[in-house]
Amino acid sequence: MSSVAPFLVFFVGAILVAVTSGVPRAIILLAIPVIGAANLLGTAPGVGGLVSLFDYTLILVYADKLSLLFGYLFHLAAFIGVIFSLHVKDRVQPVAAILYSGSAMGVVFAGDLITLFVFWELLAVTSVFLILARQSQRATQAAIRYLLIQVGSGFLLLAGILIRAWETGSITVEPIALEGLSAWLIFLAIGIKCCFPLLHNWLTDAYPEATPTGTVFLSAFTTKVAVYVLARCFAGTELLVYIGATMAMFPIFYAVIENDLRRVLAYSLINQVGFMVCGIGIGTALAINGAAAHAFSHVIYKALLFMSMGAVLYRTGKINGSELGGLYKSMPWTAGFCIVGAASISAFPLFSGFISKSMVLTAALKEGHPIVWLALLFASAGVFHHAGIKIPYFAFFAHDSGIRTKEAPPNMLIAMALAAAICIFIGVYPWPLYSLLPFPVDYAPYTAEHVLTQSQLLFFSALAFVWLNLTHLYPPELPSVNIDAEWSYRKALPAIGLAVLAIGRRVRAVALRTATRVLRQIHAAIYRQSGPQGALARTWPTGNMAFWTTVVLAMVLILSYV
Amino acid sequence: MTTPSDQSDHGKPADGKRHIFDNPKNVWRIIYALHAICAVSILAEFFIHRHVYHSWESLFGFYGIYGFVACVILVLFAKEMRRVLMRREDYYDE
Repeated sequence: MSSVAPFLVFFVGAILVAVTSGVPRAIILLAIPVIGAANLLGTAPGVGGLVSLFDYTLILVYADKLSLLFGYLFHLAAFIGVIFSLHVKDRVQPVAAILYSGSAMGVVFAGDLITLFVFWELLAVTSVFLILARQSQRATQAAIRYLLIQVGSGFLLLAGILIRAWETGSITVEPIALEGLSAWLIFLAIGIKCCFPLLHNWLTDAYPEATPTGTVFLSAFTTKVAVYVLARCFAGTELLVYIGATMAMFPIFYAVIENDLRRVLAYSLINQVGFMVCGIGIGTALAINGAAAHAFSHVIYKALLFMSMGAVLYRTGKINGSELGGLYKSMPWTAGFCIVGAASISAFPLFSGFISKSMVLTAALKEGHPIVWLALLFASAGVFHHAGIKIPYFAFFAHDSGIRTKEAPPNMLIAMALAAAICIFIGVYPWPLYSLLPFPVDYAPYTAEHVLTQSQLLFFSALAFVWLNLTHLYPPELPSVNIDAEWSYRKALPAIGLAVLAIGRRVRAVALRTATRVLRQIHAAIYRQSGPQGALARTWPTGNMAFWTTVVLAMVLILSYV
Repeated sequence: MTTPSDQSDHGKPADGKRHIFDNPKNVWRIIYALHAICAVSILAEFFIHRHVYHSWESLFGFYGIYGFVACVILVLFAKEMRRVLMRREDYYDE
């Protein structure tokens, strides 16, 4: 292979970004994903970049259709993210974003589990700076929680890998049967990054606290890296079908009542990853293709939605639905791009979600999971409701908040326009994407019945929104937080800790009191015996002494004669 | 899709310009158009044969009904969830 490892382009690039500024830095930032993509085009499928480590051979580059697809996708996402953040002046964010993108490439092309682990941890360590860069106390605390959980995932992964290497002698990235401790540890580690139910809260906690540009990068990489590893190692694991369906279902309820619009998008991110996890669990060629295609569509439209909300946050300093509204008047282009993203995530015909999500739904029905299919259909209607309508509606339309601001900066508009164009291109002409999928595609998205059924589903969902609004049944946007799994470690765990401390203090007090009483009693007893009035300290007359000495001597005398 | 009632306290736009949805008529036009599209999509089922993979799908207008009912359930259930889950904004800051 004549090309270099894809992550190297980014890591070397990051060094150059760190030492330059102004226009040269902008050029380098833009060049990194372009050079990386050119490098990737020259990467032939197969194994490369072998490094020996003790008894093991590390495979830095393993390229096949699946890893190349994610590789192209991540280069595209990095390119869009770089354009969107060109106006950022500080030095930390661009360097972190490029290193983070490079780490994602590192995982995707890792041929062995040790390499995979190293980049898995680098993903966490590099991305946390995108949250810290917000420089607020909330963001710092969220960043610390984020880092702890991400590094925890890495710890589980490492434990799983080591046990697996010891048991099987293999460190190759390959399908793993979900049995035994090592497999479960690896599964759980991926599950954390993938946002399995109850393990998901780090994402909705941290992503909305990152900088306007940071969230765009964050939304693209970590979860999709986990989806990729899941597809590599656990494709066809039936448990994933149900985990995926749950992930698609529960976040939409939270999304409806969430006020922070970037947190709404974070919930819908989990909902979309649910479709991918479900497809991986079904495991047929159609389902895996669907999961991979949906990952591709999803990264672009989710980045587009986060960019539009990032632009709103950047311009107005606000992101709560309760404080926004009517922004289409000052930010018409951003509103338009946001609607394209909304149509794509809702899977409207001619937009990208339409040609990918339905592959997973069709596979679920074909493989005999009608309940799961119903759940996914429910989630499809729901995602249109909360991401497709709610996001653009409450930010750009709804009740006019009176906010008048400027349109987003040119670099942001260009990035959004590029993402919107890709969303429409994939939706209208999906065949180039289909040709990149891991299995040959035997699926036609544009049949009359598919267009009809999907249109019915979406238009009647919209009708429900209109009616619920007109009858004032729709819940208003309220400044609030909603309790989620994070409650366990942000409230319950500290509360338990405080309770344990309080109990400890009580025990200590009781123990001290008891010990004092016992010691006092002992002291009193000794005092009675040996104190000034004690029996042992009493003074005796000398006469007594002489008398008793005589008695003793007499006894000795008598005894010696007996 | 600003509802007309939302406009009552915003007779004068803040920047002096009248935008497209400041006129309630335009909002209603969109709402009527949506109703028309819904009707067309249901009527289209007479002309387009749907291949049915599962018996549930065979119900006339299944996708439309399901989409509508799903969204109503979603919103009303989420609204009830607020009773249990909603806290003040500074809940975690205490």
